Amino acid sequence: MFYREAGDFKTSYQDDAQTFPIKFDRYRYYAVIAVGLLVIPFAINDYWANAVLVPFLIWAIAAIGLNILTGYCGQVSLGTGGFMAVGAYACYKLMTAFPELNIVFVVILAGFVTAGVGVLFGLPSLRIKGFYLAVATLAAQFFLVWLFNRVPWFYNYSASGQISAPERTVFGVPVTGPETSAWAQYMICLLFVVVLAWAARNLTRGTIGRSWMAIRDMDIAAEIIGVNPLRAKLSAFAVSSFFVGIAGALFFAVYLGAVEVGEAFGIQKSFLALFMIIIGGLGSIFGSFAGAAFMVLLPVLLKNVLVGGLGWPTDLAAHLELLIVGGLIVFFLIAEPHGLAALWRTVKEKLRLWPFPH
Amino acid sequence: MNFKKLAAAALAATIAAGPAMAELVFPSLSYRTGPYAAGGIPFADGYEDYMTLLNERDGGIGGVKISVPECETAYNTEKGVECYESTKGLGSLVYQPLSTGITYQLIPKVSADEIPLHTMGYGRTSAANGEVFEWVFNYPANYWDGASVAITHLLDINDGDISGKKIALVFHNSAYGKEPIRTLEKLSEKHGYELTTLAVDHPGQEQKSQWLQIRRERPDYVIMWGWGVMNQVAVQEAANIRFPMENFIGNWWAGSENDVIPAGEAAHGYKALAMHGTGMDYPIYEDIQQYVVDAGLAAGAGDQVGTVLYSRGLYAAMLAAEAARTAQEIHGTAEITPAMMRDGMENLKITEERMAELGLPDFGPAFEVSCVNHGGPGEAMVQQWDAEAQEWNLITDFIKSDDDVIEPLIEADSTAYAEENALDLRCQ
Repeated sequence: MFYREAGDFKTSYQDDAQTFPIKFDRYRYYAVIAVGLLVIPFAINDYWANAVLVPFLIWAIAAIGLNILTGYCGQVSLGTGGFMAVGAYACYKLMTAFPELNIVFVVILAGFVTAGVGVLFGLPSLRIKGFYLAVATLAAQFFLVWLFNRVPWFYNYSASGQISAPERTVFGVPVTGPETSAWAQYMICLLFVVVLAWAARNLTRGTIGRSWMAIRDMDIAAEIIGVNPLRAKLSAFAVSSFFVGIAGALFFAVYLGAVEVGEAFGIQKSFLALFMIIIGGLGSIFGSFAGAAFMVLLPVLLKNVLVGGLGWPTDLAAHLELLIVGGLIVFFLIAEPHGLAALWRTVKEKLRLWPFPH
Repeated sequence: MNFKKLAAAALAATIAAGPAMAELVFPSLSYRTGPYAAGGIPFADGYEDYMTLLNERDGGIGGVKISVPECETAYNTEKGVECYESTKGLGSLVYQPLSTGITYQLIPKVSADEIPLHTMGYGRTSAANGEVFEWVFNYPANYWDGASVAITHLLDINDGDISGKKIALVFHNSAYGKEPIRTLEKLSEKHGYELTTLAVDHPGQEQKSQWLQIRRERPDYVIMWGWGVMNQVAVQEAANIRFPMENFIGNWWAGSENDVIPAGEAAHGYKALAMHGTGMDYPIYEDIQQYVVDAGLAAGAGDQVGTVLYSRGLYAAMLAAEAARTAQEIHGTAEITPAMMRDGMENLKITEERMAELGLPDFGPAFEVSCVNHGGPGEAMVQQWDAEAQEWNLITDFIKSDDDVIEPLIEADSTAYAEENALDLRCQ
C-alpha cells in the first residue's frame, strides 16, 4: 500500500537511476540518517558506544570493503585482519610522526597506505583464482601480523609491542585517547561510515563497479568484451583495502585505543569479516551492514539476555553464545543462502504487493 | 541493555532500601572459557570465594556487604572493554582483569574514569611508578622483578657466576610475553650470560619448532613466560626432548597444577616462580570450608580450592579487601568510593601480624605501598613440582629482585609514558 512505485513519477534518467527508487525507501533512508546524526549522539552512553555502536560501525566499513573485493569482484580474501592491521599501524606511525596532522587526514592516509599494500598482495590475483587466491591472501594475513610483531620500528620500540593511540582532536573535541566522550567516538565513526558507504554504493554502480562484476561473473568473457582484468582486479584490491584500512585505523585509534597485533588483527578477524559478508549477502551494501550487525550485536545481546536477564553463570552463557551464534549462522545459510540482503529483497517484493497479494 | 537496566534497578533498589544496604562492588573480569580458561577459572573462584567468606563470616568489610559481579572476557581485549564499560557504572571499586592485554586497554580508561586498577604480578610493569600512574597498582611484584628473581636463583645455584651460560626465554608472543625481554637483556650485560628468545604464538599449542631449536642449541636453562594451554604444551615438549626439568623455570603464571599434571611423571622437578604460598596448610581454609564450601556458596564448580591459582585469586581478593578496609579507616566512612579506594591502596600496609590474623600467615611478603611506589617489594620465591606427591614445594625464601637494573628501566618506561600523555609527576 505504502511501499510501491505507483504514483511516484520519475521525469529524468537521474531520478530513474537513483539508489532508492521507491519513495518509502527514500524516506526511510533519510529517517535512519536523521536518527543516526541527530538523535543517537544525544542519547548515547559509554556502554552503548564501546560495546555496541562503535564496533558495529567500524565492522560495517570493513565488511563493505571486503564485499567490494569478494562480493562485487569475486576475489576471495582471507587477509582482512592483516589489512586492518596495516591501517592501524599506518595510523599509529602517522599519528606519532606528525602530531599536528588532523586525525581525519591521518585515518584517510592510513587508508591509502593500506590500499598500496592491498594492491601489492593483489598482484597474485592476476594469475590465480578461487581457493588458490584465498591461500595467497591468507599468506598476507600471516605475513603482516608477523611483520608488525617482529619489526620494532612499527610499534616505536615499546617494551610490550603494544601500540596505543595518543589524544587527537577534531574541532577541539577529542576523538581518540581516554578523554573521548561517547558521542564524539560515535560521530567520527558514523561520518566515515556514511561517506564511505555512499562512495561504495556509487562506485559499484558506475563503470568501475560494472567492470568488477563482469570479472566476477566470468573473467574470460569480461576480457573479451574489453574489460581490462589487471585494472579491474587491482582497483578492486585497492578500493577494498582502502576501506579495510580505514576500518583498521578507526578500530585501533577510536575503538580500542591500544592494540596488540596478534590478538586484535589475527586470523579470526579475517574470518569474522568473511562471515559478515556471507551472512549479510555478497555484493550488497545493505548486506554488509546487516552482516556486521548480526556478528557484532548478536553476541552482546545474547550475553546481556543470558547473564544480565536470566542470571546464568558467565561460563555457561559464553559457551551457549558460541552455540547459538553458530547455530544461527547455519540456519540462516540454509534458510537463505544468499544472505540477509536477499531476505530483505524478498520482504520488499512482498511489501510491494501487501496487503493484496495475487 | 538488559544488564544495565537490571543493574540500575538493583542499584536504585539498594539506594531506596537505605544506606545500610549499600554494597562494595568488586567486579571480576574473569575468563572461564577459551584457551586460557585453565588459568582463569581457579583465579576467579579464589577471588569470589574470599569475598563470599567475608560476607558470610564478617558481614562484608566494615559492615558493608560485598558484591562481585562477574563478566566473561575470554582473555579477549574487546570483550574486556565491553565488560569494563558494562560494570563501571555499578560503583566498581577496583578492576583486576588478569590479562596484560586488557590492562593496556584499561590503563587510559581507568585514569579518565578515576577507578583504580590492580594488576597483581602482570600488566604494565612501569605502573610501579606511582609518580606517573595515579590509578594503576601492581604490587606486590611485577614481571621485571620476576625475570630478575629467576636470574638471581640461577646465580644462587651456580655459586654466583653464570657468565658464558646459555639461557633461552620461551615466551607468549604478546605484550605479556615480551615484558621480561628488556630486563633479561640488561641482566645479561651485567652477568654475562647469553640470551636467546623464542616466541610462541597465541594460543601456544604449536611449539615443535621452538623446542627443536632448544634441542639443537642446548641452552643451560630455559625460562618461560607462558599462560594457559601454552604451559602444558611447553612442559610436555620439554619432556619429549628430555630437557632436564630442574633447569626449566616458569614464571608465576606458568607454575600451577594445570601446567604440570598433563605431563605426568615427566614434569617432576619443573621449577616456577611463586609470589605467595600455596596449598591448604593455612588456617583460612577451615573458614572457607565452613562458610563457603559447606554452605554451598563456592564459586564455579568448587573443585579448585587450594590450587596455586586459586591461592592467587584469594591473595588478590585479600589485598583488595585490606585496601578497602584501609580506605574506610582513612576516610571514616564504610561506604567508600573508587577515589577513596585508591587512597586505601596507596596507603596499604600488609604486615606479618595482619596476614596471621587473616588466617594466611607467611602467605606473601610484608610490604607497604606509597605514593611513589605502586609496585611493592618485588620479591618472589621459587617452587618445584613433585610429580609423585602431586604438589609444589617451595625451595627458596623470598628472593629480592635486582633494583639496580629494574629501577632505571621503570623510570625510563614510565617517563616515556608521562611524556607521551603530557602528564605531570605526582608525589612531589
